[in-house]
Amino acid sequence: MTDQPLTQTDAPREAGRADGPDPMRPALFRVVRNRPETHDTFTLTLEPEAGGGTYAFQAGQFNMLYAPGAGEAAISMSGCAGTVTEVVHTIRAVGRVTKTLQRLKRGDALGLRGPFGAPWPVALAEGGDVVLIAGGIGLAPLRPALCHILDHRERFGRVSLLFGARSPRDILFAREIETWRGRFDVDVEVTVDRAGPGWHGLVGVVTTLIPRVQFDPASTAAFVCGPEIMMHFAVRDLERRGVPHPRVWISMERSMKCGVGFCGHCQFGPFFVCKDGPVFRYDRVAALLGTREV
Amino acid sequence: MQTLEPIIAELPLFKGMKPAHIQLITGCAANVRFEAGEYLGREGQPADKFWVLRQGRVALEIHAPGRGLLTIQTIGEDDVAGWSWLVAPHQLRFDIHAVTATRALMFDGKCLRGKFATDHELGYELMQRFSHVMLRRLEAMSLQLLDLYGDHYGEHD
Repeated sequence: MTDQPLTQTDAPREAGRADGPDPMRPALFRVVRNRPETHDTFTLTLEPEAGGGTYAFQAGQFNMLYAPGAGEAAISMSGCAGTVTEVVHTIRAVGRVTKTLQRLKRGDALGLRGPFGAPWPVALAEGGDVVLIAGGIGLAPLRPALCHILDHRERFGRVSLLFGARSPRDILFAREIETWRGRFDVDVEVTVDRAGPGWHGLVGVVTTLIPRVQFDPASTAAFVCGPEIMMHFAVRDLERRGVPHPRVWISMERSMKCGVGFCGHCQFGPFFVCKDGPVFRYDRVAALLGTREV
Repeated sequence: MQTLEPIIAELPLFKGMKPAHIQLITGCAANVRFEAGEYLGREGQPADKFWVLRQGRVALEIHAPGRGLLTIQTIGEDDVAGWSWLVAPHQLRFDIHAVTATRALMFDGKCLRGKFATDHELGYELMQRFSHVMLRRLEAMSLQLLDLYGDHYGEHD
């Protein structure tokens, strides 16, 4: 792979196609499992109400999940991408909808729209090194990308996952992280922002991990997901390591409502985050990120 | 016998410095080793040394009454531990605690401060490089203070 900028391909937008299903109409899904991940985060595994159906999406895309009586929230898929029989979402319970979703039990019904949005460009990253940088719940949308990379490990160079959490009790997918760490073909570094005496791991913000891993800046694709300010500093530190902006992708978060760019709630300059994002090549949005009014 | 000079010249902290300066710095350096649990220094102690880690991990800790020891940051290979030796009153601001068995290059700050008196260029060069270390630490701590992953993040439903 060369150090040429990568081009982002258009995401599949099945839901928004004129000949596709109505993107505004939720399909009925049922809860197969609701597993707590941390004190405020849980993973919902869903299957279509009809049963036996499959569902196709790409890493980085999201659904609108409708909790009856509470409303809708945009939630990225956190399970391995492709054509699946169960759809997995990892959710942080912070608002009315997500707290309602947290209370759902096996067999409960909910509405699901999508998949929506542009995915992580995993195919474009093939042949080079990959650095995944996640902060907090930002690990959930990156998990399908890592899953894809590990499933096709031979297509990529060095792979690093850098994950920052608020504290040891906020570490998402703790058991899976241990499994990834046990592999010899992926470099996994985890840090927490604050810790007491019982923690023997790293302490510091996720950006402090960037100098710790090996990658070839010219051939590296960096996927970054987390709070906007974290992504800003992560991109700056990637730049210090020599990774050019066109080789960095970030996943943006805005108030997504319709999911298909009709309503304008998630407008971000000339873009709609739900339709043109949530994954953007950094150089396409860099100027907007520095604009306070956007 | 192999001297520390070529090793020190390749450390990121000193990379690109004049050979004469590297030679002076080497004169104030020694290899050291700490077992896990050992303290390199304690808050309030005279800050006459700094360390560049070659292997292992140390934690910068502060004692908060009622909360015990809190780790502010951990640092690892090629990172610098200790900058208070540069700034009066030359007292350590934090405990520096080896979390794992650690090998480091220890530099005698008092010895270097003495050399600055006659070699201002060396003093300026090291001040520049340590300012960068301090800036990075400050930046990291600012981000920690922002509580990036608090409840205000991800509340769009």
